[in-house]
Amino acid sequence: MTDPLVIFDLLLGLSIVALALAVLSVRDLFAAIVLFVIFGLLSALAWVRLSAPDVALAEAAIGTGVTGALLLKTLHHLRYVTGTLDRPEAMNLTPVTPVPMPVLWVNAAFCGLIALGLAVAFLEAPKVGPGFDALVAEAMPASGVDHPVTAVLLNFRAYDTLMEVVVLLAAVIAVWQVERGLSEAPAPHLGEVWQGFARLALPAIVVVGTYLLWVGAEAPGGAFQGGAVLASVGLLLLLSRFYVPQPAHRGIARLAFVLGTGVFSAVALLVSGGGRVAFEYPLEHAKTLILLIEGLVTISIAVTLAALFHGREPVALGEEERRNDT
Amino acid sequence: MTPDMIYGLTGIAVFAIGLAGALCAQDRLRRLLALKLCSMGAGFLLVVAAWRVPPDAPDPVPHALVITGIVVVVSATAVALALIRRLQSLETRDDD
Repeated sequence: MTDPLVIFDLLLGLSIVALALAVLSVRDLFAAIVLFVIFGLLSALAWVRLSAPDVALAEAAIGTGVTGALLLKTLHHLRYVTGTLDRPEAMNLTPVTPVPMPVLWVNAAFCGLIALGLAVAFLEAPKVGPGFDALVAEAMPASGVDHPVTAVLLNFRAYDTLMEVVVLLAAVIAVWQVERGLSEAPAPHLGEVWQGFARLALPAIVVVGTYLLWVGAEAPGGAFQGGAVLASVGLLLLLSRFYVPQPAHRGIARLAFVLGTGVFSAVALLVSGGGRVAFEYPLEHAKTLILLIEGLVTISIAVTLAALFHGREPVALGEEERRNDT
Repeated sequence: MTPDMIYGLTGIAVFAIGLAGALCAQDRLRRLLALKLCSMGAGFLLVVAAWRVPPDAPDPVPHALVITGIVVVVSATAVALALIRRLQSLETRDDD
């Protein structure tokens, strides 16, 4: 008996592997990035098949959507800097010295051996290992929410999630430092259809992002998925030039970056004491506290991701640049 | 053939392809893409480990770990891309 879904799984698995190969073998970098985005979307589909809708949503929104925008923006910048903006046939950006064939073969053989070892280990592993299912199911009534993944992220393993928000904060600080004083590639002119699209899409995206955040308490969704969808509002505003970052807005931006981390840590510390440890929310307020943290973390994630896309810290034009402009 | 086996092997293949790419690729952007493929392969294996035969609900802890991983990878990617942009600008200036 062959389940039609097994054929679907096989085809999807093969397409994912083929796309991974294509990402690395296609010569045009633009095509490689587009193939990577398709690869990410198909992986999200595979994760839906593995009954992991939360992970699929996060991958589609953050791993594919926001990452794709970051990659394309960087490619545009690199082509501008190297002066190959109008010559898409200039395939490689960094100078390439040909790798000797034997080196390639040895590398490929090693990776093949690693894959073989992993595959044997995977197939030999016990099928139903001890998981955390039972522990999580037992603790669910004390979590304050009805969706297990949200309970794990914001309650049982909240420390991980706090660190994750800290990593995002560190990333935006690093990007602002690295890009200091770097000249910016002029944004491509997008035309008027784009502006109309942005006007139509923006309210819808805001509603979808907020819904994802709210529904996270009892169904797939949550702060990270909602935050990434809201970040796309920022991307659209930046691309359509409805919003141009000003140096004077840096204070507000910095406040938004640390808002999530700050509130998360503050709540963790405030609930501790009186026999409770950090992150041990009192049951009657658990849902309120989780939604408060999620709401503010979502704002932080959205602003941070949009800032990572914009890259350079908005600074006042130096005297020299100003003279050049006039 | 169950979905976990199919996608588990898919994940391993993707990881190996990414590893080979990271070792052999010369272009910085492409090497970054290869490392991202590795991270996706690892994500596949975690999601497969969480899977249970359907009426049973999957294990939420690996799911939370993969979501955390996705956010950490996007942060690392953003920093790597900023470094790539900076390096390219410096090299181009040196050439002039």
